[in-house]
Amino acid sequence: MGRYVARRLLLTIPVLLGASFLIFAMVYALPGDPIRALGGDRPLAPAVVAQLRQEFNLNDPLGIQYLKYLGDLAQGDLGTDFRGRPVLDTIAQRLPVTIKLTVVAILIEAIIGIVAGVLAGIRRNSFFDNVVLVSTTLVVSIPILVLAFIAQFVFGLKLGLFPISGVQEGWYSFLLPGLVLASGSLAYVARLTRTSVAENMRADYVRTARAKGLPNRTVVVRHTLRNSLIPVVTFVGADIGTLLGGAIVTESVFNLPGIGRAIFDAVRAQEGAVVVGIVTLMVFFFIFFNLVVDVLYAVLDPRIRYE
Amino acid sequence: MSDQQQADLRKDEVEAGTTTGLASPSVDPASDRQNSLWSDAWKQLRRNVLFWIGAVLGLLFLLMALFPGVFSRGVDPRDCSLSRSGQAPSSEHWFGFDQQGCDYLANVVHGARNSLIIGLLAVVVILLMGVVVGALSGFFGGWIDSLLSRVADIFYALPLILGALVVLRSGFLGRGVVAVAIALAAFGWMTAMRLVRSQVIAVKSSDYVAAARAMGASNGRILVRHILPNAVAPVLVYATITIGVLIAAEATLTFLGVGLQRPAISWGLQIDAGQRLLRIAPHLVLFPSLILTMTVMAFVMMGDALRDALDPRQRS
Repeated sequence: MGRYVARRLLLTIPVLLGASFLIFAMVYALPGDPIRALGGDRPLAPAVVAQLRQEFNLNDPLGIQYLKYLGDLAQGDLGTDFRGRPVLDTIAQRLPVTIKLTVVAILIEAIIGIVAGVLAGIRRNSFFDNVVLVSTTLVVSIPILVLAFIAQFVFGLKLGLFPISGVQEGWYSFLLPGLVLASGSLAYVARLTRTSVAENMRADYVRTARAKGLPNRTVVVRHTLRNSLIPVVTFVGADIGTLLGGAIVTESVFNLPGIGRAIFDAVRAQEGAVVVGIVTLMVFFFIFFNLVVDVLYAVLDPRIRYE
Repeated sequence: MSDQQQADLRKDEVEAGTTTGLASPSVDPASDRQNSLWSDAWKQLRRNVLFWIGAVLGLLFLLMALFPGVFSRGVDPRDCSLSRSGQAPSSEHWFGFDQQGCDYLANVVHGARNSLIIGLLAVVVILLMGVVVGALSGFFGGWIDSLLSRVADIFYALPLILGALVVLRSGFLGRGVVAVAIALAAFGWMTAMRLVRSQVIAVKSSDYVAAARAMGASNGRILVRHILPNAVAPVLVYATITIGVLIAAEATLTFLGVGLQRPAISWGLQIDAGQRLLRIAPHLVLFPSLILTMTVMAFVMMGDALRDALDPRQRS
């Protein structure tokens, strides 16, 4: 197991480097001159422009710029945006919002998804099972963009139940965006749980448990669920990494100042350092949680062994 | 042994899947089995209500993309008059008017073409990349597999919307329909590649592949004639659902301001313009959203039904 984790950690290095270089190169190719844009209506003095270009390594070719960036990164310096604000500050300020959103979304998708999936799975082809099937198809089909506006319009404007913009009301303001963000994964969790439970209900050890005369409740909770939830737990775990990457659409529509919003603004303003810094961080989250899930898989399911 | 007897024996062999050498080489068991997989699947599909709902919806949007004039009842989407700005739906104009006073039904209907072209074009590129890269990776293994899989990992770590956002913002593809499709495909091919790769690895060790190799077939022939036909089912299911996902992604990118630009007609642009008037004219967001969702749903339903039909475990 230790060797497996070490090998996986080593494999993350080329992926991290590759992803950050990919983004770096694309941001490098962005049109226009960000320094000139900085001056707005009043053009900056040529000397100032030259100094800023020097400071941000903008005169170097792509490869050199990237290597200089990596050198700084190795010393824990993510650089600054063109206004001199450290990227680390931006991340430190924006990340808590995204973390709160992720926590809310994960709780919603796990709780509602698993409950719906289990109820549908233990009684396959029942009325409730069909309700779950149809409603998950519907939810999967509604783009997040559309769902966000429906939620804003119905729950925010018409019913007035939830705040629809900003983070002024603490955790409460994360409920609606969290629900919207979670919807797709929620439907997937429900379906995954349903299939998994339905498959395990036919397993030999479940029949044995019934033959021993155990009450239905015990058979379902102690025998079926334990095994059925393994794939679900791993999916939800990996989803943490995805959601921490910031939800560009959800954060934009609900006006939440999180990582996703920051990266969207940075791409528009051609703030290369900010884009690359945040993307590297989110790729790291993504890889890290996937690794955690793979390790967790072996812990939860003794049939899986990594060598 | 008479000709008739020999023919009967051959037929028995093919049906039972045994080989004594009597069956003529022109009978290809691989293609026979493949046919039966697809004809079985079709039998299943025909009985699935969800498939038919999806297929009818999909056909409807295809017709809408091909002949928008019929669906907009002959109204020109660019025939606008500010005096009708933001008017609510009426029996004359079912979807009302947008802020510029253009007939909204005509506009929403004309949005279908761009969405469908982008979705289909992107999925074709994804399928091509997925099948080629996945087949090479799975078939040859070794360092080719390691290299291609790491490249896929790199792209996989970047979310679709983010990657496409940066590519389109950088502008080296331009801002048209093709640019959006390419940008989406560039960050969306990895799952298709992984599906093909794992399927090729699974099929590679089959007896009929070994038999083909023993008969001296080249790598290329084995891959194209024997392995790929038996490895494409999962990726086709994935591709069907992905068309819907890509159409939604196009609307999202356009909404974020990096996809299609005016004067192009697109559901994303309509939702973007409408959301500013959400309080006073909610129908401007409602109608393009509704049609967009139904389009996505059509492909999700067809894909779901196709998966059920192709999965033998689902059969009773």
